Amino acid sequence: MNTPIISFKNFGFQYRAQKRPTLYDINLDIYPGERILIAGPSGSGKSTIGNCLNGLIPFSYTGECTGSLTVDGVDAPKSSIFEMSRHVGTVLQDPDGQFIGLTVAEDIAFALENDCTPQDEMRETVRKVAQMVDITERMEYAPHELSGGQKQRVSLGGVMVDQVKILLFDEPLANLDPATGKQAIELIDDIQSRTDTTVVIIEHRLEDVLWKNVDRIVLVSEGRIAADLRPDELLSSNLLTEHGIREPLYLTALKYAGVEITPEKKPAHVDTVVLEEKDQQKVRDWFTAAPPAAPKAERPVLLEVKDVTFGYNPEIVTLKDISFQIREGEMLSIVGRNGAGKSTMSKLICGFEPLTRGKVYFKGKDVTNDTIRERAAHIGYVMQNPNQMISKTMIFDEVALGVKNLGLSESQIREKVENVLKICGLYPFRNWPISALSFGQKKRVTIASVLVMGPELIILDEPTAGQDFRHYTEIMEFLRSLNDQGVTVVMITHDMHLMLEYTPRALVFNNGRLVCDEASSVVLCNPDLVREAALKETSLFTLANRCGITPPEAFVERFIDADREVRDNGR
Amino acid sequence: MAAKTVLNYIERKSVVHELTGVTKLAFFLLFTFASMLTYDTRVLLGLLVISCLAFRFSHIKFKEVHFMMVFMLVFLVMNNIFIYLFNPDQGTEIYGTRHVLCHFFWRYDVTAEQLFYMFNISLKYFVSLPIAILFISATNPSEFAASLNRIGVSYRVGYSMSIALRYIPDIQRDYHNISQAQQARGVELGKKVKLWTRLKNVVTILMPLILSSLSRIDVISNAMELRGFGKNPRKRTWYMARPLKRNDWLVIGFGVLLLVLSFVITFWDGNRFFNPFV
Repeated sequence: MNTPIISFKNFGFQYRAQKRPTLYDINLDIYPGERILIAGPSGSGKSTIGNCLNGLIPFSYTGECTGSLTVDGVDAPKSSIFEMSRHVGTVLQDPDGQFIGLTVAEDIAFALENDCTPQDEMRETVRKVAQMVDITERMEYAPHELSGGQKQRVSLGGVMVDQVKILLFDEPLANLDPATGKQAIELIDDIQSRTDTTVVIIEHRLEDVLWKNVDRIVLVSEGRIAADLRPDELLSSNLLTEHGIREPLYLTALKYAGVEITPEKKPAHVDTVVLEEKDQQKVRDWFTAAPPAAPKAERPVLLEVKDVTFGYNPEIVTLKDISFQIREGEMLSIVGRNGAGKSTMSKLICGFEPLTRGKVYFKGKDVTNDTIRERAAHIGYVMQNPNQMISKTMIFDEVALGVKNLGLSESQIREKVENVLKICGLYPFRNWPISALSFGQKKRVTIASVLVMGPELIILDEPTAGQDFRHYTEIMEFLRSLNDQGVTVVMITHDMHLMLEYTPRALVFNNGRLVCDEASSVVLCNPDLVREAALKETSLFTLANRCGITPPEAFVERFIDADREVRDNGR
Repeated sequence: MAAKTVLNYIERKSVVHELTGVTKLAFFLLFTFASMLTYDTRVLLGLLVISCLAFRFSHIKFKEVHFMMVFMLVFLVMNNIFIYLFNPDQGTEIYGTRHVLCHFFWRYDVTAEQLFYMFNISLKYFVSLPIAILFISATNPSEFAASLNRIGVSYRVGYSMSIALRYIPDIQRDYHNISQAQQARGVELGKKVKLWTRLKNVVTILMPLILSSLSRIDVISNAMELRGFGKNPRKRTWYMARPLKRNDWLVIGFGVLLLVLSFVITFWDGNRFFNPFV
């Protein structure tokens, strides 16, 4: 076999500010042209491995390396970040933050400019690379005129100009809508096969990455390599679940049905997993074993949006003729691609912007002309990034911020705040500084600071973006418990799992219109709608079809119910 | 997005737009220098004509920049009021005569000299304003950094300007979003509350804005380093830089000429002020 392009030998790393090493004893060889997926829960050290490859460690984040790391013939810890950038091209998670140039062309040229490349040569290279990542139509565009997927193409172009041998993707799917994520994986696959680079993808959304082939999956857990296997082997084991990575849904379903997963079944893709007749029969039997759940009784309407049209300026209509109802105690998703009008819709419900036309009713009362603050008593809004909402240093003060303006007495405020802290499981931390909390706990603080106003409806923008399975579950179970206590919850999300598992109903937006208002399982089993609104079919749909189960949405619901039960009882 | 940008590049086809960023920067500096040094009314009037003509040539409409104009006018009026309040006899001290037009109270007379002095101050604003606006609105932001670098400013400084231009719209949008979310949790920012409370409440927007911008800076600086920014300490090339053409040299030459001329006329009689009173 040829020599590895990346070789970790007994490698370890400890950040200077930390007491214990983040990585222990890493031994990993990656060969030229391989596609490697590094998976692991948050805090496992998977991003640290990536940063060791591109030189951010130890040159930007200082600390102590032990053992050795050779990348493309270079002794990485003893080289420099600039030297490493010649060998490893890094596409970071946040496509906005790494867009440095004012336009597409300038951003792609950035590395060349730093290399003092003459202008003619630079323009030629930029043109070629832009062609490769298919962005030539938009060379003069500014970043805010591009979609998330286009920005990612630009980021990729920006590192391709260096003719690097290794491409490193740090959570490339975190900020993309499902369809764009799928395209991103296709793009990476395509570039890899055309340029024969070595590709390293760091991601915890396993099922989405496996849309295209990877050669090996390296599972990282608590700073060590827990497994280094071919996808088929890894998926046949229980290692993923043990280490807090969600396995693809179709595999979970197969396991529930009692089908044994072995590497010979080639379980890496739902389309090609080998399903013999007896396996299919097992799935069908499992499906019919439980009767469908009875539909719940309809509750009174809480919020009604009627014929709403809106545009930030008169020429451009952002939302057109939107009508829907939300009932008390519902939990529902708003989905669609970036820019489809999802966020705008939630802003209109909160009263952030005045409607161009139409009405909003809350409990039958017309609230169209109520101010933000008047609506705040009924409708709460939680931003995606908790750091953008937190303005106090102590948890108690943060949660008390809103109620302090209500003219209550000191003891009334204390009572209200403590009550909410108890509901949110934050009471033991009430005197802690917020900076000591984890992301999920911060999220809870922001939810608490909204709940304290006593809203009957809360809207959350991407509550679980960028979270691994454990944190995702933690946040979502918390929201579900709030929902059980009577709070109506609306979520804007790109996460198809979230939509399917937690919200029985979904509103699908596309091009400023509400194109579908249906059960989540129905939405994700409708290929035309999925394509139109840039969603992603659930692999359960494919599995149901392959086993000849109709209607597929009933199978999806059967799975969700079973999974719910396993999780409620199992842990 | 509803974020309104105050200072904005306005794309047009015009002689002014075709000049390179370096030329516009150089001319802007020369011209402003000329108008700041002189108090000679004749020179100022001459410069005003040139400045208005340049504005005409740019095909930028007054409507498109009126916000900036209004902003500067407010500033100008304030400036004049304060000049008068602090020293109503500044004009007399400069021109040496005193023609009282009317009397307010105490030492506040209105003199022709004072009015003329303030007229000159205002004129300076009017002279430099269109050129300043032109520099901002007719220079492609992509050329800013390259231009600064070209006249000798370190590329790091130039690039940080460019980065600021790149991220200002993002930060404006963040501000807008954070402010809405804070209002939705009961933080009052409207006109109904007292100014002091409102200021205190603005802090609840600024804190998260600053903290989230800081973490953004971390991402940006990593992204820049990963693509070799700062590899060569002195040199860097620019994708958007353009070579100077004939017109560029003409305009720069004209700028130098203007500066020299305004110097000569201004200091001909050994005084920065043109005095119609003697």
